[in-house]
Amino acid sequence: MMNMCPDHLVHYMHEYLDGDISQEHELELKAHLSSCMTCQQHMQELSKVAAFVQSVSHITAPSGFVEGVTSRLPKETSRVGMKRWFHNHPMLTAAALFMILMSASLFSNFNDDQQFSFTKQPNIVVEGEKVIVPAGETVNGDITVKNGDIQIDGEVNGNVTIINGSQYMASTANVTGEIEEINEVFDWLWYKMKAGAKDVASFFDSEDEK
Amino acid sequence: MDALINKRIKEVLKGDQNAFAEIVELFQDKLYRVCYRMLGNKHEAEDIAQEAFVRAFINIHTFDTKRKFSTWLYRIGTNLCIDRIRKKKPDYFLDAEVAGAEGLNMYSQIAATGELPEEEVLKMEMQDRVQYEISRLPDKYRAVIVLKYMEDLPLQEISDILEMPLGTVKTRIHRGREALRKQLSNM
Repeated sequence: MMNMCPDHLVHYMHEYLDGDISQEHELELKAHLSSCMTCQQHMQELSKVAAFVQSVSHITAPSGFVEGVTSRLPKETSRVGMKRWFHNHPMLTAAALFMILMSASLFSNFNDDQQFSFTKQPNIVVEGEKVIVPAGETVNGDITVKNGDIQIDGEVNGNVTIINGSQYMASTANVTGEIEEINEVFDWLWYKMKAGAKDVASFFDSEDEK
Repeated sequence: MDALINKRIKEVLKGDQNAFAEIVELFQDKLYRVCYRMLGNKHEAEDIAQEAFVRAFINIHTFDTKRKFSTWLYRIGTNLCIDRIRKKKPDYFLDAEVAGAEGLNMYSQIAATGELPEEEVLKMEMQDRVQYEISRLPDKYRAVIVLKYMEDLPLQEISDILEMPLGTVKTRIHRGREALRKQLSNM
């Protein structure tokens, strides 16, 4: 059926259905509809379209949809995976970090120090990997020998520490301080820790002295 | 809601896929529904909606968090649907549901390739009839009608999704509505 009414009235109908109509357009449209059966029918049909399309029930995504998406995603970087694991296991992370740092610093330290070394004092004699404090001589200060032996025939006014070695004391020997032998890894650790504590203590002592 | 999504997006930007799965969870129904209404086929709708999420993931760095995420996602989804409709490649799913089974996709399958005889159309259930009539609409009207009437989105948002001026959106809704009116004149 040909609609002889002006085109803009159909446009107003759509504006009305969009909820987008101005007051004057609405008044004009209503006035026209009350007098024009053709346009009334047109308007009714358009309203029916809206109701018809909206009548569909809401549907939801099929089950397994999310898994379907994630399986299609590009592979995650391992960096992020690791980060998430650390995030989820804070205690294990802390423990692992502690172990790594411990083993890295202390054990490598222990292994790096495999060379023969000793505290240089003026009147000691060195034969191969053996430090000798000759008879009649007096060493004023501490002696530390690493990866070697010490033979004390004379006098030491201080502590003697032997790491990975043995000590031979003559009857004439006299050590005023402590004598300590360190041979095992855990003794080594203990020594390191004590040394650290002593350093800290002496640091505070010197602070006090100031 | 927006704050939560922006938080998840930041995590996704760092490459976290679990955060993205949460986003998919939140939007899967909306996006699947739009795809289904536009394509009229469950398998295609699932495929395209999933593809839209994958593209969103890949291009998430281009998303402006000051904007609405759903708008951006709908845009990716509707673009993919329109591409799929235009290609009209004969995608047949052998395991597609048949008449009598839940969903009844026979009509929508035929609708994708051609028209049905009138007596068949009149025998349809309401749900299928709506889907059938939507699928007969030219694709440029289909998107606006689906977004306007099925998703109940404001005109401005539809304009943002389809990246076309508000006036064009209105014109297309009007034309789409007129087209549906003619299609339904036998009801």
